Amino acid sequence: MNSIFAKRRARLLAMKSLREHYVPVGSAAVCPRCGKESGHPAVAQNLFVCPLCGYHFPVGAYYRLSITLDHGSFRELYPKLAPQDPLSFPGYRKKLEAAQRKTGLNEAAVSAVGTIDGRRCVVGVLDSRFFLGSMSSAVGEKLTLTIEYAWKNRLPLIVFSASGGARMQEGILSLMQMAKTSAALGRFDQRGLLYISVLTDPTTGGVTASFASLGDVILAEPGALIGFAGPRVIQQTIGETLPEGFQRAEFQMEHGFVDAVVPRNEMRDTLSQLLRLHEKGGPS
Amino acid sequence: MNDRLTAAERVAIARHPQRPNISDYISALFTDFFEQRGDRLMGEDASILGGVALYHGRPVTVIGTRKGKDLEENIHCRFGMPNPEGYRKALRLMRQAEKFRRPVITFIDTGGAYPGLEAEERGQGEAIARNLMEMSRLTVPVIALITGEGNSGGALALAVADRVLMLENAVYAILSPEGFASILWKDAGRSSDACELMKLTAADLKALDVIDEIILEPGGGAHLARAITFRQVDEAISRHLAELSKGKQLGRYQKFRRIGTAVPKKEGQ
Ligand SMILES: [Zn+2]
Repeated sequence: MNSIFAKRRARLLAMKSLREHYVPVGSAAVCPRCGKESGHPAVAQNLFVCPLCGYHFPVGAYYRLSITLDHGSFRELYPKLAPQDPLSFPGYRKKLEAAQRKTGLNEAAVSAVGTIDGRRCVVGVLDSRFFLGSMSSAVGEKLTLTIEYAWKNRLPLIVFSASGGARMQEGILSLMQMAKTSAALGRFDQRGLLYISVLTDPTTGGVTASFASLGDVILAEPGALIGFAGPRVIQQTIGETLPEGFQRAEFQMEHGFVDAVVPRNEMRDTLSQLLRLHEKGGPS
Repeated sequence: MNDRLTAAERVAIARHPQRPNISDYISALFTDFFEQRGDRLMGEDASILGGVALYHGRPVTVIGTRKGKDLEENIHCRFGMPNPEGYRKALRLMRQAEKFRRPVITFIDTGGAYPGLEAEERGQGEAIARNLMEMSRLTVPVIALITGEGNSGGALALAVADRVLMLENAVYAILSPEGFASILWKDAGRSSDACELMKLTAADLKALDVIDEIILEPGGGAHLARAITFRQVDEAISRHLAELSKGKQLGRYQKFRRIGTAVPKKEGQ
C-alpha cells in the first residue's frame, strides 16, 4: 500500500520537475559565466551545474525538492494557495495568469513535507521563474503556514530562498509579509526547533531582510547573489563600481553572514548531516 | 483636516523640511531624555536616535529615525537612512526596555535603510530581519508612529508594534514613489503616477488594516501648527498606551499574522 503511494508521489514530483526547463531540453546550454556550451544531458546529469566552470544554473522548486527529499517521500503542503490582487493593481491579474500558465505554479513558493535520509522535515522553496520569486501576500501566507505546520508537528524547517525582493504590485502588503514571516519564525525559534535557511541565486530585498537571514544555520549555493539593496542601487548611491565578488555567497561567508557555501551536489548530504546533528538526544 | 490632497501632495508635505522631527517630538512630549549611543558591536549610527525618557512621568524607551536639521547634520545622519548599526542599537535599546519593563515608542521618518556598500558588508538585511523577529516577541507595549516617510524594510524594522499610528499626511510604503516608478516603468519621473497607485496614504493604509489610527494634522500640514500637532500626537499615544497597559491588545503576532490572508474590501463597498 505504502509503496504504491510513494511511487505515485515520486512520479508526480518527477513530472512536475520536468516542466521546469531553465535549461531548455534538446538544445545546448550556454553557461552565462564561462560562455561555453554543454549538451543538455551533461548539464542535467550534473544537477544543472556547468560541468566546465561550476556555475549553478537556477532551478525550479519541484526540481529542488526532487533532489533534496528522499525518493517518494514528497507530500506537497497548501498547493492551492494562490495570489490575489489586493490593491486592484492595473495589469497584475493578467501578469499573474501569464506566469501561472508559463510555469505551472500557482505562486512563487512551493512547500512540502518529506524525509531526508529517513528524517522528516518541512521544506519551503521559492521559485524565481514566478515573478522573480518576489514576496506577495500569498508567498508570505504560504511560508507562514509552512512555518506553523513545522512547529505544530515539531519538525525541522528548511527554506530555499530565491527572490528579487518585494512584489511591487502588492505594495505595502508585500512589506507586511516580512513582519509576518519573521514573527512566525520568532515563535518557531522559541519552541526549540531547527531552521536551516539556504540562500540561492539571487536572494535580495525583503526576503534577505526577513526569513532568509533568520536561520539557525545559513547555507548558500556557490556564486549566489545575496544582499538587501541591489548592486545597481548601491552603485548609484556611492557612484563607483563595486568590487569583484561583492554580495556573492563567498563574500557573505567572509563577512560572517553565511555558515557554509555548499555546492549543489553536496547540499542534500549537508542537510542530512545537520538534521542528524540536531536530533533530540543525539542521532539514533 | 486635509481632505482633498492628492497622494503626491501628501508625499511633499511628509518630506517638508520644517516638518516636526524626532528631536522636536522628544522635547515636546517627553522629559528627562537620556540619549543612548552605539550598538556595542561596531559603532554608533546617528541616523537613529534613542534613549530613555519620562512620558507623563513614566519611564519609556524612545527610538526614532533622525534626518538632521541642517545640511551638515543631514549628511551625518545620511538623511535618516540607517546603517545596520542603527538597527542593532535600536534592538539593544528594545531589549533593555524588555528588561526594565518599559514601553517602547518609536517615531519613523525615513527614506529607507541606507543602500551603501558598507551597510551591505555589515549585514543590512540581517539587521532588519533580526529586528522584525525580536520586536514581534517583545512583551512590553510597543507603539510606532509614522511621522513623515516610512519607506521599505528600513521603516518596518522599527514598526512591528502593537499599535501603528500615522500622521494624516505621512506616507508608508514598500519603497519611495521614485524607486517604485523606476522599477516598474524604468522612469523615476513618473513618481506622481506611482503615488496614486501605491496606496501609501494614511487613509489607504487604514482601509487595508495596516495601521490602527490616523492622527489628524492642522490644515496645510503639521509644520504650520506644531503645538496642535504635538497635542494630537500626545493624546493618541497616551490613550493607546493606557489601553495596552491594561492588557487590551490583540497580540502582536495575530496583528501581523492576519495581514494578507484575505482580499480587503474594495473602495466604496
Ligand atoms: Zn560554465
